[in-house]
Amino acid sequence: MGNHILDIRDLYVWYRTYEGYSKVLDGVDFNVNKGEKVGLVGEAGCGKTTTMRSVLGILPEGQFHIPKGEILYHGENILKMKPQELHKIRSEGMSMIFQEPSAALNPVFTIGSQIFDVIKYSGEGNSAGSRSKNKEKIREKAIQAIREVYIPDPERILECYPNQLSGGMKQRICIAMAIVTERELLIADEPGTSLDVTIQDQVHRLLRDLVDKKGMSLVMITHSLGVAREMTDRIYVMYAGNIVEIADTKELFANPLHPYTLGLLASVPKLTGGGVTEGIYGQIPDYLNPPKGCRFYPRCDRADHSCQQEKPPLRDMGDGHYTACFKV
Amino acid sequence: MSKETDNILTIENLKTYFQVGKVKGKTVHVRAVDGVSLSIKKGEVMGLVGESGSGKSTLAYTVMGMYPPTEGKITFKGEDISAGSSRRPLDVKKDMQIVFQDPGSSLNPHQNIKQILELPLKVHGIVKKEEMEKRVTQILRTVELSPAYMYKTPGSMGGGERQMISIARALATDPSFVILDEPTSALDVSIQAKIINMLLRLQEKNNLTYLFITHDLSLMRNIATRVAIMYLGKICEMASTHEFFETPYHPYTKMLLSSIPVVSVEEEKLRPEKVTSTGEIPSPTNIPTGCSFHLRCPNKMDLCTYDDPVMTEVTPGHYVRCHLYNKEEAGDAV
Repeated sequence: MGNHILDIRDLYVWYRTYEGYSKVLDGVDFNVNKGEKVGLVGEAGCGKTTTMRSVLGILPEGQFHIPKGEILYHGENILKMKPQELHKIRSEGMSMIFQEPSAALNPVFTIGSQIFDVIKYSGEGNSAGSRSKNKEKIREKAIQAIREVYIPDPERILECYPNQLSGGMKQRICIAMAIVTERELLIADEPGTSLDVTIQDQVHRLLRDLVDKKGMSLVMITHSLGVAREMTDRIYVMYAGNIVEIADTKELFANPLHPYTLGLLASVPKLTGGGVTEGIYGQIPDYLNPPKGCRFYPRCDRADHSCQQEKPPLRDMGDGHYTACFKV
Repeated sequence: MSKETDNILTIENLKTYFQVGKVKGKTVHVRAVDGVSLSIKKGEVMGLVGESGSGKSTLAYTVMGMYPPTEGKITFKGEDISAGSSRRPLDVKKDMQIVFQDPGSSLNPHQNIKQILELPLKVHGIVKKEEMEKRVTQILRTVELSPAYMYKTPGSMGGGERQMISIARALATDPSFVILDEPTSALDVSIQAKIINMLLRLQEKNNLTYLFITHDLSLMRNIATRVAIMYLGKICEMASTHEFFETPYHPYTKMLLSSIPVVSVEEEKLRPEKVTSTGEIPSPTNIPTGCSFHLRCPNKMDLCTYDDPVMTEVTPGHYVRCHLYNKEEAGDAV
């Protein structure tokens, strides 16, 4: 257990709304080992982004409540940290790439000044030496980072504003910003979703190569099982704020167990053809008033009385394959 | 005559340009649709696939009459409808409908579902006022929603349900041809599956013809009868679904197919030898000379940089617009 970089234990996150608490995360366990690429897969609104935002401490101010749980980063609880300590982790330990690159970049600053800020913020370039020398060093570093994401003519790009770049380019810049200083853990929140398939393919390949090259760990948030299959070593399947299945990527696709995972897999249109299945009946539960037992039970065709009464815990099925279902 | 009864919609050399400004006194155009010829047979599900900016939605909107075509001819059931929306007869408009991508913005948030579904009925004078409610109930039933939805507003519904309402609205006038403009790309896969199945059931029941616009090739594999790929306003390849996926010819098609993330080993085998995707779709104001794909093409030849290939029928029904499959003609040109 010693080499977990990130270890989330029994995390609950609630949001305050007019009608009461929206109980989104419901006991999430999640960990990342050094050098590992982990996928967090689930449909819209299942709490993937909430989980990772709580790791970085960037949940909407004043609107959330964490009744229980801990997030350990190298054994230290992020939730109990002082702002300076959290700042240190965010500037040196981990960084995040967001889904919408045009929203993540500030439209009124040049790409250059935004990358320089990241470098300055992380404390690099403040070292001894004259100011102009430092400036030169920061610039050099930024150019290096842009080269690493395969954008030609980095000097020109530094002078550009985000609106002068295409979506794929912007996402590459976001990746460049995330890797410009040494980080241990990279959290990518659907980095290819807003892009076309050919561009998505390029961005994913780039991300995978960079993570491998730098020996970083990656958490890949995605709604697409196909993307998770190609990007990760291990997958967490999430449904309505619960982790329902954990397995190595190969194992998960060879031997999916949880009814939700099975339903999701069946819903994906296949290149081999054979028509489209019926999908999963119903929709994600209302978080204000979630089902008492298994949160999937209203949509599950195997459910019976016990599922309605009690929440199934994650059970070890061997070989690191865990699933939270009574019926497996 | 047989041709006309076969093809419900024929598009010939359709061009839609938009003026975007002037550079050095010369007007700059976005050539969104640039010479598309296409025919859709009765009862077909025609898949039109392309990346964003390829002009697939513009093509759909032009067919619907939302944009006047710059050039070219659109024939619907033997009737020339190239003139644009204002000069189309009402019964043509009634007979062709469209479902938009984002139900959040295509349904009026201030109206309830009853009001939304009543509008097409009123415009086309389909039922009398007294029977309106009964008819709306019926329409809701066709998309498998209960009559209780009548007094809900779009804002209080999930994305999947909202899209069902959009579909219901399109089908309210009992059309024979429906354009589906990425109807499921904003939805989760489990909900997408449900909607797709409903669309297919409705097609069978109401004898519909679909033009299905999407960027999702694997979805087309499962539902389309024919597939066409669009790139920068032009069609690159068009074939029956089986042909298209078994023997893709165009380098762009191969690139698209090898970029799709898949979930099983069997699917991986179906992908063509890995064509690494490079580059991005160029701006439609500045389309490259020659073949518009040559900047990204792994099989680029000299010829491609200055000569735009023409559509050729490589095998019966399988059309490709690429110099690689156009050898004799290429020889002539040089």
